[in-house]
Amino acid sequence: MRRRVLVALLAGSALGGAACLRAAEQPAEIHISARKFEYRPNKVTARLGQPVVLVLTSQDRIHGFKMPDFGLRADIVPGQETRISLTPDKAGSFTFFCDVFCGDGHEDMEGTLVVEA
Amino acid sequence: MQHADRRDFLKLAGLAGVTFTAGLFPGWPPAAQAATDFHFVQFSDTHWGYKGPANPDAEHTLEKAVATVNGLGRQPDFIVFTGDLTHTTEDAKERRARMKRFREIVSALAVKDVRFMPGEHDAALDKGEAYQEFFGATHYTFDHKGVHFIVLDNVSDPAARLGDEQLAWLAADLKQRKADDRIVVLTHRPLFDLQPQWDWTTADGAKAIDLLMPYGNVVVLYGHIHQENHHMTGHIAHHAAKSLIFPLPAPGSQPKRTPLPYDAAMPGLGTRDITMADKVTLVELPVTKG
Repeated sequence: MRRRVLVALLAGSALGGAACLRAAEQPAEIHISARKFEYRPNKVTARLGQPVVLVLTSQDRIHGFKMPDFGLRADIVPGQETRISLTPDKAGSFTFFCDVFCGDGHEDMEGTLVVEA
Repeated sequence: MQHADRRDFLKLAGLAGVTFTAGLFPGWPPAAQAATDFHFVQFSDTHWGYKGPANPDAEHTLEKAVATVNGLGRQPDFIVFTGDLTHTTEDAKERRARMKRFREIVSALAVKDVRFMPGEHDAALDKGEAYQEFFGATHYTFDHKGVHFIVLDNVSDPAARLGDEQLAWLAADLKQRKADDRIVVLTHRPLFDLQPQWDWTTADGAKAIDLLMPYGNVVVLYGHIHQENHHMTGHIAHHAAKSLIFPLPAPGSQPKRTPLPYDAAMPGLGTRDITMADKVTLVELPVTKG
């Protein structure tokens, strides 16, 4: 089935090119901070069909962000913002997790995206 | 994946849970192999250094498994360890201490031809530096009685990639093989997407499978998931082995991949004896209480 999720990895300043858009058209940003061995917050919420941008940062080392249900993955590098655009096309609870091995506790580093209908 | 094949495999596995036999070398005529039958033993996921409630007996489990294999009536030709020899630690000195102690314990194996490969617990935090000091190369090949063994490293890159360089090395090695050669791939993580939601994958494993696909007699033996699992990608069979530390849940059977509760009888732990003939026979060797 053709996935209708819009996915784009954007460089930290790339949104500047969209500055002419009205504020009301800007997708909501969801900020998530990563560190061994957790995401903060580890539960975030979006609405079905409403575009959001996940803004990911790391406090210590390279972590990963992988959410297979939406075909998303990215590295989270300290000192950089990793931005992932997403328009959820299905409701429910979806797990994201670190896929860059980061130590004893790596397997527990995960969170949940709740998409409300 | 061929679903009919997979059902057959699962049915076979369910017959005993101990012995698993399948025609895994369909292109290999029985008359050609009678003189070259052999068997070897697979250890996996020993996680030496782990301390926790999932295995209060962790200090002794590996020694018990060594004793079990030493007690086999017919000793294997060789032994392989498919990764996670040690449990991870961020302390580089402690990492080496664990590898040293692990090597001491397995030196008690009666069979001295032992092949190692890393798991992410051994190699991902330092890109295999300590592992290579103790055990050598992380990917290599060897041959035994007409079977070509290929050891792949999908863990030294913490993002679980084989990487283009290793894939090119694999392609070059396979170019030297004939289409009906018997090939056994040994690796730590599943090369296919077993359970992506639990990260039970190799990021670029599909590229390795594509390279192997032209060869008619290929078997992949791996670890990482701490349980038996049997899966087909086309004609290539993939078999996961039990661990020697704690069992993990069946793929997708519960929300989180947390270890199963400890059972003093340790039914979910063990090693595996693998007989290579026209068929490959897997016999699970439980850990016996010492």
